[in-house]
Amino acid sequence: MSEQLKVPTMAECMAEGKQPEVLFWVGSAGSYDDRAKKITKAFVRILNKANVDFAVLGSEESCTGDVAKRAGNEFLFQMQAMMNIEVLNAYEIKNIVTCDPHSFNCIKNEYPSLGGNYNVKHHTQFIKELIDSGKLKVQQHTYKGKRITFHDPCYLGRANNEYDAPRVVLSTLDANLTEMKRHRATALCCGAGGAQMFKEPEKGDKDINVLRTEDALETNPDIIATGCPYCNTMMTDGVKAKEKEDSITVLDVAELIANS
Amino acid sequence: MDYLPNILFAIALVLGIGFFAKNVRKLIRNIKLGQDVDVSDNKSQRWKNMAMIALGQSKMVKRPIAGILHIVVYIGFVIINIEVLEIIIDGLFGTHRIGLSILPQSVYGFLIGSFEILAVGVLISVILFWIRRNVIKLKRFLSNEMTGWPKNDGNIILYFEVVLMCLFLVMNATDTSFQELNSGNVISQYIAPLFNGLSEGSLHLIERGAWWLHIVGILIFLNYLYYSKHLHILLAFPNTYYGSLKPKGEFNNLDAVTNEVKLMMDPNADPFAAPAEGAEEEVPAKFGASDVQDLNWVQLLNAYTCTECGRCTSSCPANLTGKKLSPRKIMMDTRDRLEEVGKNIDANNGTFVDDGKQLLGDYITNEELWACTTCNACVEECPVSINPLSIILDMRRYLVMEQSAAPTELNNMMTNIENNGAPWPYNQMDRLNWKDE
Repeated sequence: MSEQLKVPTMAECMAEGKQPEVLFWVGSAGSYDDRAKKITKAFVRILNKANVDFAVLGSEESCTGDVAKRAGNEFLFQMQAMMNIEVLNAYEIKNIVTCDPHSFNCIKNEYPSLGGNYNVKHHTQFIKELIDSGKLKVQQHTYKGKRITFHDPCYLGRANNEYDAPRVVLSTLDANLTEMKRHRATALCCGAGGAQMFKEPEKGDKDINVLRTEDALETNPDIIATGCPYCNTMMTDGVKAKEKEDSITVLDVAELIANS
Repeated sequence: MDYLPNILFAIALVLGIGFFAKNVRKLIRNIKLGQDVDVSDNKSQRWKNMAMIALGQSKMVKRPIAGILHIVVYIGFVIINIEVLEIIIDGLFGTHRIGLSILPQSVYGFLIGSFEILAVGVLISVILFWIRRNVIKLKRFLSNEMTGWPKNDGNIILYFEVVLMCLFLVMNATDTSFQELNSGNVISQYIAPLFNGLSEGSLHLIERGAWWLHIVGILIFLNYLYYSKHLHILLAFPNTYYGSLKPKGEFNNLDAVTNEVKLMMDPNADPFAAPAEGAEEEVPAKFGASDVQDLNWVQLLNAYTCTECGRCTSSCPANLTGKKLSPRKIMMDTRDRLEEVGKNIDANNGTFVDDGKQLLGDYITNEELWACTTCNACVEECPVSINPLSIILDMRRYLVMEQSAAPTELNNMMTNIENNGAPWPYNQMDRLNWKDE
C-alpha cells in the first residue's frame, strides 16, 4: 500500500531512549484477522494524523488471555496475563489504548490484581479525547447524511458502562445516527463473546448475529458502526446472511473517522 | 372472662413465627454451605445499592408495566402490614381496634383509609399479574422451566394476595362500630351494603371470621415463603447489598490459580521443595464448580432470591435464538440442588452423604454452559442483582480445568494461545506484519 504508517515499537523507542505517551495494544484480532487489520490501520492513521506519541509491542505482544478466561481456562489466562504484565511493567507503560473491548476490559479490570496497573482506554474514548482537545479535526462531508446505527459491544457497554464515547465520536460525522430498538444497556450481543467466536454455536433456531443484524436492519441503515473487531465480523456475516452486503457496510468507528 | 380467643391467638402466633424461624435457620445454614467470599468492602455503596435497587425498586421500572404494578403491590404489602401490628395487639390482649384508643380518630381513619385504597390497588395489580400469566400468556412466563411447580407457585402467590386483600376489606365492611365512625371506610362503605339485612350477630361472626382468616392467612403465607420463589420479598434486601460492585466485565481471578502460576513462572522456585516445617497440609484445590458447595455463598443467596420473573432469560441472546441456555433455569437449578443437599444433610444428622448427584450434569448440562456469550444481559436485567453469569463461568472452569471437557474447537484455540500467543495458529513474530501489508 502506498500509505506510510508510522508504527514505532516499544523496543525501538527504548533503543532511542524515548518513552511514548501511550501504548497501542493491537490485540490478536487486530494483528492477524484480515478485516480487523483494517481497523488497526485506520486507528494508526488517526494516531498519526493527531501526532500522538505512541508505540506498539509488536512481536512482544501476546494474547491477553481474555478468551481463555471466558472459556473457563483460568490457568492459561493468568499465564498470559502475567507474561504480558512483565513486559508492560518492564517498559514502564502507564497508558494503554486498544481497539478491542475484550482486551480493554481484561487489561483494565482483570490485570490489576495480578500486578498490572495501567490507565486503559478504548479507542472510541481515545478518539473522543483527541476530538475534544482539538488534536483531531473531523471532516464532515464523507458520511454527511448517511444513516448510521451503532451496535454496542457488550464489553464496552454493559461490561464497562461506556455508551457515550462512540456515539459522541460518531456525532461529529454529521451523519444521521439512528438507534436500534435494543441499544445501550439493552443491546443484544453479536454472538461472538465468551469464546463463541472460536466455536460452532449450540443447536438453536437461529444464529445470534443474524438476530442482531435484523435489529440493525429495522433502522434501515447505510452503515452499521461497531467498536469491536469481533462484533464487526459477526455483523458483516449477518449482513451477508441477509444478502444486504451491497447496500449496507459494517465499519468500525475508527474507520469512519479515519475516512472522513 | 373468656380468654380462649387470646390463648388460641397466642398459640397460632407462636406456631406460625416459630415454624418460620426454624426454616429461616435452615435457609441460612444452606446458604453457608457455599464457599466464603469477602464482601465486607465499601459498605456505604452497598447500603446505597440496597436502598436504590431493593427499597427503591429502581430496576423494576425498566419494564414500566410490570414495574409500576409491582410497586403498587410492594407498597401495599409493606404499608398494609402496619395493620397487622394492630391485629396482633388486639389478638393478644382482647382489645378491638386498639389504634382508635391511641390515635386521634382522624389519624386512625386516615391510616385505615389509605390501607383500604392500597388494598384495592393491590387487588387490581394482582389480577392484572394473573392475566399476564394465564390469559395473555407472556412468553417469559412460559419457558420450559416454568411448568409444574414453578407455574403453580406463581399463581398460588397471586391467589393468596387476592384472598388476604378481600378478607381485609370484608373485615372492615362488617365491623359495624367501625362503619358507624364513617372515618377511613373509603372503600369498605361500598362493600358494607352487600351484608345489609344480616343480623348484628351474623355480622359480628363474619367480621370475626374475616379477622381470624386474615391473620392466620398471613401466618400461612409467611411460612409459604420458604417453599416458594416468593422469598425475594425478604432476600432482595441482603442480595442487593451483597451484589457485585465491580464493573460487570470484571470476572474474578482465582487466587488458587495465581499461586500456582506464580510458582510456575518463578525461576527460583524449587518444584521438589518439601513444605516448610509446620506448614498446613495443603488441601488440593478444586478449580471451578461442579456442585453447589463449590459456589460461594453469595451465589447461593442469589439462587434463593430469584423470583423467576425471567427478565434475564428474555434478554439472553442464546435463549432468544433457541438455545437451551436460560439464565433463570441456572438459578432455579442451583436452588433445587441446594434444597436437595439441605434435605440430605437433615436426613443424615447434619452431614452430607454423597448421593451420586451434582449440579453439573444432573441439573445443568454442558450444552447450556457452552451456549453463553458472557454478554452480561442477564446480569444487567436482574431487578435484584442476581448474577447467573458467575455461576456459568465457575462451572465452565470446572469443565475445562478439572475435566478438560471443552468443545474441541475451544481446545484448539487454547492450544494456539499456549503455543503462539494468539487464538489462531499464526506465528507471534508476524504480529506486526499488518504495518507493511
